[in-house]
Amino acid sequence: MRIQLTINGESKEADVEPRLLLVHLIRENLLLTGTHIGCDTTSCGACTVLLDGRPVKSCTVFAVQANGRTVSTVEGLEQNGVLHAVQEGFTKEHGLQCGFCTPGMMMTSVALLERNAAPTELQIRQAISGNLCRCTGYVNIVKAIQYASTKMREAKAEKQPATAGRA
Amino acid sequence: MAVEIGGIGHSVGRKEDARFIRGRGNYVDDVKLPGMVYLDIVRSPYAHARILKIDASKALAIPGVLAVITGKDLVPLKLEWMPTLMGDKQMVLPTDTVMYQAQEVAAVVATERYIAADGVAAVEVEYEPLPVVVDPIKALLPDAPVIREDREQKNNHIWHWEVGDKSGTDKAFSASDVVVKQDIYIPRIVVASIETCGMVAKFDKVEGHLTVWMTTQAPHAIRTVIALVAGHLGLSEQKIRVISPDIGGGFGGKVPVYPGYVLAIGASVLTGLPVKWIEDRSENIQADSFARDYHITAELAAKKDGTMKALRVKTIADHGAFDAAANPSKFPAGLFGIVTGSYPFEKAFVEVDGVYTNKPPGGIAYRCSFRVTEAAFAIERLVDILALELKRDPADLRMQNFIPPQAFPYMSTLGWEYDSGNYAGALKLAMDKIGYAALRKEQAEKRSRGELMGIGISSFTEIVGAGPSKHFDILGIKMFDSAEIRVHPTGKAMVRLGVKSQGQGHETTFAQIVAEELGLPVGDIKVEEGDTDTAPYGLGTYASRSTPVAGAATAMAARKIREKGRLIAAHLLEASPDDIEWKDYKYQVKGVPAKSKTMAEVAFAAYTNHPQGMEAGLEAVDYYDPPNLTFPFGSYICVVDIDRGTGEVKVRRFYAVDDCGTIINPMIVEGQIHGGLTMGLAPALYEEISYDKDGNIQGGTFMDYLLPTSMETPSWETGKTTTPSPHHPIGAKGVGESATVGAPAAIANAVVDALAHLGVRHIDIPITPWKVQKILKEKGVAE
Repeated sequence: MRIQLTINGESKEADVEPRLLLVHLIRENLLLTGTHIGCDTTSCGACTVLLDGRPVKSCTVFAVQANGRTVSTVEGLEQNGVLHAVQEGFTKEHGLQCGFCTPGMMMTSVALLERNAAPTELQIRQAISGNLCRCTGYVNIVKAIQYASTKMREAKAEKQPATAGRA
Repeated sequence: MAVEIGGIGHSVGRKEDARFIRGRGNYVDDVKLPGMVYLDIVRSPYAHARILKIDASKALAIPGVLAVITGKDLVPLKLEWMPTLMGDKQMVLPTDTVMYQAQEVAAVVATERYIAADGVAAVEVEYEPLPVVVDPIKALLPDAPVIREDREQKNNHIWHWEVGDKSGTDKAFSASDVVVKQDIYIPRIVVASIETCGMVAKFDKVEGHLTVWMTTQAPHAIRTVIALVAGHLGLSEQKIRVISPDIGGGFGGKVPVYPGYVLAIGASVLTGLPVKWIEDRSENIQADSFARDYHITAELAAKKDGTMKALRVKTIADHGAFDAAANPSKFPAGLFGIVTGSYPFEKAFVEVDGVYTNKPPGGIAYRCSFRVTEAAFAIERLVDILALELKRDPADLRMQNFIPPQAFPYMSTLGWEYDSGNYAGALKLAMDKIGYAALRKEQAEKRSRGELMGIGISSFTEIVGAGPSKHFDILGIKMFDSAEIRVHPTGKAMVRLGVKSQGQGHETTFAQIVAEELGLPVGDIKVEEGDTDTAPYGLGTYASRSTPVAGAATAMAARKIREKGRLIAAHLLEASPDDIEWKDYKYQVKGVPAKSKTMAEVAFAAYTNHPQGMEAGLEAVDYYDPPNLTFPFGSYICVVDIDRGTGEVKVRRFYAVDDCGTIINPMIVEGQIHGGLTMGLAPALYEEISYDKDGNIQGGTFMDYLLPTSMETPSWETGKTTTPSPHHPIGAKGVGESATVGAPAAIANAVVDALAHLGVRHIDIPITPWKVQKILKEKGVAE
């Protein structure tokens, strides 16, 4: 089947078997290997990407289901050489060790902060509860997301008065 | 400790993060080569069965399936068996009998990943089921089915190992006032690193050159093993290159050689094509090396006043169908002899018997040094049981018995020389920080209201950093490790090591050691590991040995460079080498601080203006053989609340005081402790691999093998004391595994403490809600 999707802002076409999983399309066909595979039961979240802005486990979505839709992966987080606040938070707060769960964990975090700019610790823990990490014990991942939340809200606050001033 | 160079003691940001946060890591499954084909594995549904027939015709009829490999195909290559680290052998593929569920039966090679999986489904295997034994105690009975008919010895006993003074211990027990005894089962678990295992093997038929990208914690040892096992096929060690790229967590699970690796290499040799094998999570849980599975009976003898006198421990170790434990050669039960823990027992006797069962092979560590968690759990549980018996506060009883700081170096009754320690200091700090006295008060109040709250302590001593070559080897290769440092003309350095990071942050911490020793900024130092073509030989990263052994090698290599640099500095400063001292991270003429040279200036001179008669260049290599192991320690205090309705245990607080000697990077050390604590929580409350009587695995996927998520994991609180190792060049002891070793006992002790007034003395881990609720019902306190 021929499909078209927009991935990290770029339009891509592919001819795929109906059974091809989205994660394999991303990794094998589009060569975006930042999205990882950690299990076969939709449990670990290492393969989390955003599908039309919502986090999905791409091991449990067929590539054909992404036809005509927008996919965001870890490779699209950095924009014009500037890290996303979530990426910055993960490194500043030591929210990663082996790095394998990190892309999925960060994509879940990005989606959380999009819908809730100031989550509580419990809300953060609930949001990432479908992403398993074996190295960090989650404490610093929570801090990383809190760092990003603060930074994103500060950036927004700085931007708004400036806009108002010009108007 | 100069902040500006990022030397030892600074929370320098991790160099490796730059690629990981951008999705630019390079893990084995990210390796994609032109013409690469895929290998997938047919596995046994039975725990014990004779293979009557393997029919590959339907699989071979699938377009894209290139080959189906069975055990019989491996016989002419003499590859159907491979040696294990413990002197046993393990099937690569069976020729007639399978011995555990999920054992490899055949391999399918195909042009695509999905077609390989189709091929696996199409291979038809006829089995004749055989009697199964999954319980090692039953496996020792005279009428038990013999699992390993290939052995001369016709029973399931593998080995007996003992240490200590048996008769002296028995006498001490007879003479003691109090004896406590407990059966403790430490269940089978798997490390389940988020990246599973895999390999890309590429054999060049023309050059005879084999390159493998492999999830391995020990690339050099693997290269030698390949040469030894497959040398008769023409694989020669200088033509074997093992690359361990970024590794998504190891924890011991990436030490062994699994059949899948051998099959991937074999398939590449046979087809002449690059072959990729990546296991699924279910395969990883069901077939890769397990950890623990120790059936322990432990006894402690004491005086009425609480003085601990003697320890007696008997263990049945379930090793599955092949003895493929990852232990140093001379230690079939690893370092289980650390079971005397933090206490000065006068006498001790420990015996362990290894047993075959119809379960997967293994006996790896699960983020701990060889069998150290089993030991720490047994002694720390037993001390609490003694406290209950004597009606003593468990903290108070520990304080009374600890090996005192002035006793170090301390020779334990089982023969280990503990390098340094201050056990009472660590426990006191933990008690102060968590508010122990107030918690006990709160507990008494709650208990009077019928609420269940418990406080558990674990004051563990670890034994890591294997090891001194006089005692430690793997397959005869001594357990040294290595570092090579090259300082380039512009004062930048390349460091290569024989160990291999799997997330521990070696690229940062080893650069910090070099920064500290050479006065070069940490950003100017590149650390590279995991390529056997470039790195010096070493035994790899496991058992918390990287910092104790390779970290020491790094410091020693740097000091060799510093010594050569001193001669160059003398030449540049026109002074006698005897008048040159290393001070404030540079060479100075003694007493004349104005006359000095930096390492960068010396490095430039080493290539442009070195003294006549001296070799040019500035590099050094060190193969470090540690004089002793290191003995990190800590005291943990855990507070739990138990739901009387559901039986659920909630860890409310957990304060961990660790002492790993000199700390290189406090941020990384804290991160290691957080992770270790979570892997201590996991077996205490959640994780277990069990089998039904037919050998069917219970909990073989992430749906039912329960890793702690962010919801169960508490906000760990950490503190530290610092007691440097006297024999390590920078005083460091290693930290990656301490918390995994220490935490389970603290949690189990807390749960038992919450229920002790009801007469509960012990609950085997994992302490699931079901187990607790059963107890609550029995005691009539369930809501």
